Amino acid sequence: MPEETFDLIVIGAGPGGYVAAIRAAQLGLKVAVAERSERLGGVCLNEGCIPSKALLDSSELFALARDRFALHGIGIDPPKLDLARMMARKDDVVKKLTDGVAFLFKKNGITRFQGSARLGGKSGDDHRVEVRVGNGEPQILTAKRVLLATGSRAVEVPACPFDGETVVSARDALSFSSVPEHLLVVGGGYIGLELGSVWLRLGSKVTVVEMLPKILPNTDRQVADALMRSLKKQGMSFLLETEVTSLEKRDGKAHVRIKSGDKGEEIVCDRVLFAVGRRPLSADLGLEAAGIAPDGAGRIPVNDDFATAAPGIYAIGDLVHGPMLAHKAMTEGEVFAERLLGQASVVDYEFVPGIIYTWPEAASVGKSEEQLQAENIPYAAGRFNFLANGRARCMDETEGFVKVLAHKETGRVLGVHIIGPRASDMIAEAVTVMTYGGSAQDIAMTFHAHPTLSEAMKEAALDVEKRAIHA
Amino acid sequence: MEIKIPAVGESVFEALVAKWLKNDGELVRKDEPLCEIETDKVTLELNAEAAGVLSISVQEGETVKIGTVIGAIDERGTAEAAPPPGAQPPAEVEAGQAQPPPLSPAVRKMALERGLHPETIRGSGRGGRVTVDDLLNREAEARAETPEKKLEKEPMGEPAVQQPSLFAAATRPVPPQEEGRTTRKPMTPIRKRIAERLLAARQQTAMLTTFNEADMSAVIALRTRYKEHFQKRHGIGLGLMSFFVKASVEALKEFPPVNARIDGDDIVYQNFYDIGIAVSGEKGLVVPVLRGADRLHLAEIEKGISAFVEKVKGNRLAIADLEGGTFTITNGGVFGSLLSTPILNPPQSGVLGMHAIQDRPVALGGEVVVRPMMYLALSYDHRIIDGREAVGFLKKIKECIEAPEEMLLEG
Repeated sequence: MPEETFDLIVIGAGPGGYVAAIRAAQLGLKVAVAERSERLGGVCLNEGCIPSKALLDSSELFALARDRFALHGIGIDPPKLDLARMMARKDDVVKKLTDGVAFLFKKNGITRFQGSARLGGKSGDDHRVEVRVGNGEPQILTAKRVLLATGSRAVEVPACPFDGETVVSARDALSFSSVPEHLLVVGGGYIGLELGSVWLRLGSKVTVVEMLPKILPNTDRQVADALMRSLKKQGMSFLLETEVTSLEKRDGKAHVRIKSGDKGEEIVCDRVLFAVGRRPLSADLGLEAAGIAPDGAGRIPVNDDFATAAPGIYAIGDLVHGPMLAHKAMTEGEVFAERLLGQASVVDYEFVPGIIYTWPEAASVGKSEEQLQAENIPYAAGRFNFLANGRARCMDETEGFVKVLAHKETGRVLGVHIIGPRASDMIAEAVTVMTYGGSAQDIAMTFHAHPTLSEAMKEAALDVEKRAIHA
Repeated sequence: MEIKIPAVGESVFEALVAKWLKNDGELVRKDEPLCEIETDKVTLELNAEAAGVLSISVQEGETVKIGTVIGAIDERGTAEAAPPPGAQPPAEVEAGQAQPPPLSPAVRKMALERGLHPETIRGSGRGGRVTVDDLLNREAEARAETPEKKLEKEPMGEPAVQQPSLFAAATRPVPPQEEGRTTRKPMTPIRKRIAERLLAARQQTAMLTTFNEADMSAVIALRTRYKEHFQKRHGIGLGLMSFFVKASVEALKEFPPVNARIDGDDIVYQNFYDIGIAVSGEKGLVVPVLRGADRLHLAEIEKGISAFVEKVKGNRLAIADLEGGTFTITNGGVFGSLLSTPILNPPQSGVLGMHAIQDRPVALGGEVVVRPMMYLALSYDHRIIDGREAVGFLKKIKECIEAPEEMLLEG
């Protein structure tokens, strides 16, 4: 088979890779993308962000119909769950979006290769990339530049390997064929809490086991505490400072031994979801031969251009430093392509927002109060509860608050933390203001339409100077 | 910490507080320029010796004695002095200037790509923020000042960087990390002043240069013959420079416009001959002035120059030494320059450039002979000096140098 030569080969068609490919093609490069799966979009579209949000939205509607309609004066028979249909809808959402990426590839003239790709040395000035399907002969592509964007996968606990049925990763927890009676979630991070929420709403008993004394260790404490209170109220139970010591499968059930201090206990449940972190997929890329050495966590060191130690080879997304988030990888993909073409684009790592799609949602950007205290930065905090927001009252979604942290002297916004309805959409304003170097006064002096949830942001900004109107 | 007018030179007793670059009550960082002070010739920037809140006690435009306290920096931090957040919205303007100004992402990118410095631009956005429009305006202004560049303003939506349609980056690899390839340092106040003055000389005069050459045989012969005697009698070596100072004075007397300066709509003829001698120092070229050169003997001239060189080395040059020359001589020859165009030192109207002496074949009385030759250059302000005068001036210098006896006998 003749070698095919490109300007840029992207390995991995997740949010980082596909965005980089499109942006590079827009800038005039001849681009190829190698993707192992037959579906584009990576973990995010196929087994992460998108399907989980599809299920979160469906399960939320179910819970609303079951628990809240009556309050609004809507009387219905108790709703019945058609899980197969819910899953089919989720799959349809995923398919439409991955097809959308395929369409964008076609539109931008990007050539797609299906198969596992790895670096295969150099021929002349060009890097070779081998794309292999199964054990077949690899197809060889060559290019002056190669972008590694293979992402990450869920960390497996050696004592409890995933079996796809009883012991599962987040991916499997998106496609259970029936609602588990009791779901044990190991890991109190956002993935565990989101998937726990889905099944909790659909009727499971959900228990979260976390090794640390608190869930969401990097989230602003007030937000994390408020979220835990809310989830407890919804019926989720938490076992903190607790670890799993062993797991045994018997009669289709998992018997999980846990230990908290000196006390041991056995929990019997149908399914155990391990969500204890993700690890970069950097092992099978042929990095060593290329002279690239990932660090202990499997991350590939890169410079501001996302260039690795090997000239012409770049890496972005979960493979490199920073939070493992789709929007972070997407921005890196754009910036990578633009810098490659000589533009002065940069990634504002200080302003990467983080969102937890539970209900209420939690969203944040910038530094937490704990971080500001640790770094001895003088700050003033303003807070506004949704309880006093007109729209939240109308929606009957009064849980949560907005918190604005601003520099004590300059008023510059250092962090914004929201827990409450649609926090995921509300955080966008904070990200914009912070990216512009704006101050709490800037937020306070900007129009916020009435009645909207966004007024809570303005009030919290006013509260930085203790002059909120509705508090 | 008090801010005092520093001693800038031996004979400078007072200075003008020309401009405060920071406001009263503003947060300043260490080493940030606080104000400009001026003596009659030199402008200096005073930098903050510590971070803190500035309080100003002497206002702009006041002339004060050296050592006067003109303000203070309160180092006890900033909390009580700086307004509380939002006390006067937007509070950010006050204290924000101590930090790099907040910029929108598009402004940051465009500034980087076009090499603009947003901190030097007055922002039109809320709280003094620099907007994309401000950057484009600054660029348009810069272009208007250099008309050879095209004037059209680029539309907002244009990509900031020319985007190659093919893989330009591959043939022109993006440098991995620029670190080490360039080093950026702020100009010292002296260097800034030099830059300003040189640019002003170019922009504000009608500078033109005329050339000639001189046969140095006679001067060299004189020097060889009287070297030891001169040294013994005066305790100083007989150099070339003294001959040129003498020759210049002769020529200036014959062509008064070269010794004149423009003041408004008047030409001021100066009937004294204070000759600036360019001396290369560690921080840059300085031009101390030899006063009343027409009344000095060769030995006095040599001693004067030698004293300047010592002062420059020891950093002891007083500002008074630099003030008020009427004409300048610069010797590029000490560095080996064969030919160059010196630049005027306004408000002076003429500068003589000496160069390296080189044995060259010349035609003399119909024969080709080898002579020690030096090119001479005179840069002059064409506004008050006609070409005829400039050429005549330089010819006079040539004659004096080629037949120094006459000049010396007369002097």
